[in-house]
Amino acid sequence: MAANVIPTCESDVADAVADALRGSVKLAITGGGSKTGFGRTVDARALPMAGLAGIVDYDPAELVLTVKPGTLLAEVEALVAASGQMLAFEPFDHGPIYGASSGQATIGGVMAAGVSGSQRISASAARDHLLGFRAVSGRGEIFAAGAKVVKNVTGYDLPKLAVGSWGRLFAMTELTIKVLPRPRENATRMLIGLDEERAVAAMARAMGSQAEVAAAAYIPASLHNGESATLLRIQGFGPSVAARCAMLGPLLADFGTVRIPDAGAADARWTDLHTLASLGTEGMLWRIHVPPSRACEVLTPPRREQSRFLLDWAGGLIWLVSDEEPAALRTAVAEAGGHAALVRGSEDHRANVPAFHPPAPGVAALEERVRRAFDPAGVFETGRF
Amino acid sequence: MSLTMPEPDQATLSRRAEIVAALRAIVPGEGVIADEESLRPYESDGLTAYRQPPMVVVLPETTEQVSRILAWCHANKVKVVPRGAGTSLSGGALPLADAVLLGLGKFKRVLEIDYHDRLAIVQPGVTNLAITRAVEERGFYYAPDPSSQIACSIGGNVAENSGGVHCLKYGLTTNNVLGCEIVMMDGEVLRIGGRHLDPGGLDLLGVIVGSEGLLGVVTEVTVRILPKPQTARALLIGFPDVESAGQCVADTIAEGIIPAGMEMMDRPAIHAAEAFVNVGYPLDVEALLIVELDGPEAECSHLLGEVEAVARRNGAVSIRTSRSEEERLAFWAGRKAAFPAVGRLAPDYYCMDGTIPRRRLPEVLEQMAALSEKYGLGVANVFHAGDGNLHPLILYDANKPGELHRAEEFGNDILRLCVAVGGVLTGEHGVGVEKRDLMPVMFTDTDLKQQQRVKCAFDPELLLNPGKVFPQLHRCAELGRMHVHHGQVPFPDLPRF
Repeated sequence: MAANVIPTCESDVADAVADALRGSVKLAITGGGSKTGFGRTVDARALPMAGLAGIVDYDPAELVLTVKPGTLLAEVEALVAASGQMLAFEPFDHGPIYGASSGQATIGGVMAAGVSGSQRISASAARDHLLGFRAVSGRGEIFAAGAKVVKNVTGYDLPKLAVGSWGRLFAMTELTIKVLPRPRENATRMLIGLDEERAVAAMARAMGSQAEVAAAAYIPASLHNGESATLLRIQGFGPSVAARCAMLGPLLADFGTVRIPDAGAADARWTDLHTLASLGTEGMLWRIHVPPSRACEVLTPPRREQSRFLLDWAGGLIWLVSDEEPAALRTAVAEAGGHAALVRGSEDHRANVPAFHPPAPGVAALEERVRRAFDPAGVFETGRF
Repeated sequence: MSLTMPEPDQATLSRRAEIVAALRAIVPGEGVIADEESLRPYESDGLTAYRQPPMVVVLPETTEQVSRILAWCHANKVKVVPRGAGTSLSGGALPLADAVLLGLGKFKRVLEIDYHDRLAIVQPGVTNLAITRAVEERGFYYAPDPSSQIACSIGGNVAENSGGVHCLKYGLTTNNVLGCEIVMMDGEVLRIGGRHLDPGGLDLLGVIVGSEGLLGVVTEVTVRILPKPQTARALLIGFPDVESAGQCVADTIAEGIIPAGMEMMDRPAIHAAEAFVNVGYPLDVEALLIVELDGPEAECSHLLGEVEAVARRNGAVSIRTSRSEEERLAFWAGRKAAFPAVGRLAPDYYCMDGTIPRRRLPEVLEQMAALSEKYGLGVANVFHAGDGNLHPLILYDANKPGELHRAEEFGNDILRLCVAVGGVLTGEHGVGVEKRDLMPVMFTDTDLKQQQRVKCAFDPELLLNPGKVFPQLHRCAELGRMHVHHGQVPFPDLPRF
């Protein structure tokens, strides 16, 4: 297949990989391009997946959706919503984070990047929802892994490796995803004016209660009209939502009055945790994963005052915009038992700071061996990471 | 037994005394078991049809000992079979005549409980139920609940990616593990994942869980713990036919309800269970559903009504709702005793574990009945109805010549049927040795070779748990080649089984 032809089927993708192997050319697998700002800028031949788009099979009663990778995320979400279902890991579009419009993200890109939203803390991650896939390996071979049923332990769980692989192992040509019923009702409850330590404690207590909190986030005072907001999302059937919301008042009484925000305002705040609009589109943006109890160890002075941040996952996810020296930040994050990914930065930063937190040497070597197991010649190693 | 295992290596067998001595130098005293009598308890796991005494058993107590054992075995090209509590139903811990059996039974400590971050750090020999016992005083529990939870270890759960009756709502082991410490075959100790959610790089933890002891030896596990739901209530619903019961399951999910548990039993299983525990199961129905709902009281009572309405629409002939915790447990008592209950119908039974798309259930049961006729062996079905995971129990008598073989063939046909309708060979028990030779039914040669290349990334000498999961041994060097000539079998001297 010629280099400039857009693949429209699995064998086209295999041909493109074989062609690249023959010519010792590197291939950059591309979806909607919503996350091209992540990692180094690369000069590789594009392997666009946009031509492999569409729903292959969707049976709501089986909770299973099979889809081609180039299908737009928005299209997938609309399809399942029409059957009263959802992608429970709450994937979101990275376009706005890089100052672009939303609507370009594809399901393949979302899975390859392992994008999980606020609900991840209760409903599990993208990794937990990819049941199976078909792909073309770096050897140019078409293979399948996992299955099209919700419960399966046959063979190695390669779908887990696919999620978060960022196109470095293989090009997925078909994905089978677990879908779940969409909650009938959504409610948000809010505590006002807590500092970060108190907010993390309040969220931990809520998450450890029988209120079954679906999402827990914190917006600092500087980004919320001078008074911080601690948000708790409760969802499900009406009587259950009412009962669980009622639990929160007494449960969190020593943190203040549990308020009912205006529904539109609550939705806007949850949306902001995915678009990150309140953090602005300038500056180095970090995605930091830590144990929730250690979040405040990362947010010590003067970092707390000199950066902008949002907390999601009850404190386990910190979105941080900061001009701080990357190595110092990563050291602090590692000491808190977490890792930090550079999501957005200047060309200079992107060229010099690895996007992923460097793992321990033994783990790095194992990751390298696993990558070579799928892509021995490094055809997908574009130098982006 | 009809199973072929890799031919024992005579050179290794002849070095047995040296190997035992080397292990004794690492693990002193009773931690090394070498006499024939004491080896016998280790000769099989929960899949008792297959037996093989190990060459030697070693029971280390520290990660450092595990590391030194594996490093020595690696340097001396000695195979190792890891073992947890030995409850595997697929022969994952079946010993090899020329391998060291590495038991993790002495890793029994709960190391840390963190209620703020809702996790527990435990050693691999801690039983599944012991995790819940350790955290229940604060109102927490560990969600995956395989039926062997009183005995099975969390290390074994990680190896097998164990499920249970509640995994439709709460996930399998893989969805509830945050991190682990793993010792690689060469003795290197790595920490994968941690106390945070989701990895910063490749999801190695995701492929370690469910790898059936072929990739490394896990010596510490970090699991998520959950607040125990306020209440749990159950419905016991009888149907005049399997189709209606299946439709009731589909309609319940279509209503947006994901029950904590949704179990189905067919007529033979209902009758066996009722005769065994006598809890009042209806005997005039073809299918029985147990639907459990958990959460706040308000949610449970609301959803009980919804599910009851769905059941009535689908022609349920009997519906009972648990009024007390005792009654809820009574509903479950029959289901939980289904295996031993069925065990009373015949001297032996063989438990299968395929998953199917639920909509294919009626035809699968129909064809299974035809197979039962063909093989002249009875079958009873219990079924994790919510996620399509079937447990057909094949009845046979191992003392009758040929019956074990017929039972195995019957089971293989059931699993082929599961794959043919779009399902899989195993939903929660693992491949082990049991389903190993059926792997090509579900996967192409290319698929399997790709999985084996992952094995090579972890254990290039193929010393860890060989003979399990993969039907053919391929040397890693062979798999590493970019081009293999079609139709030409490389290494004709290698065992194929």
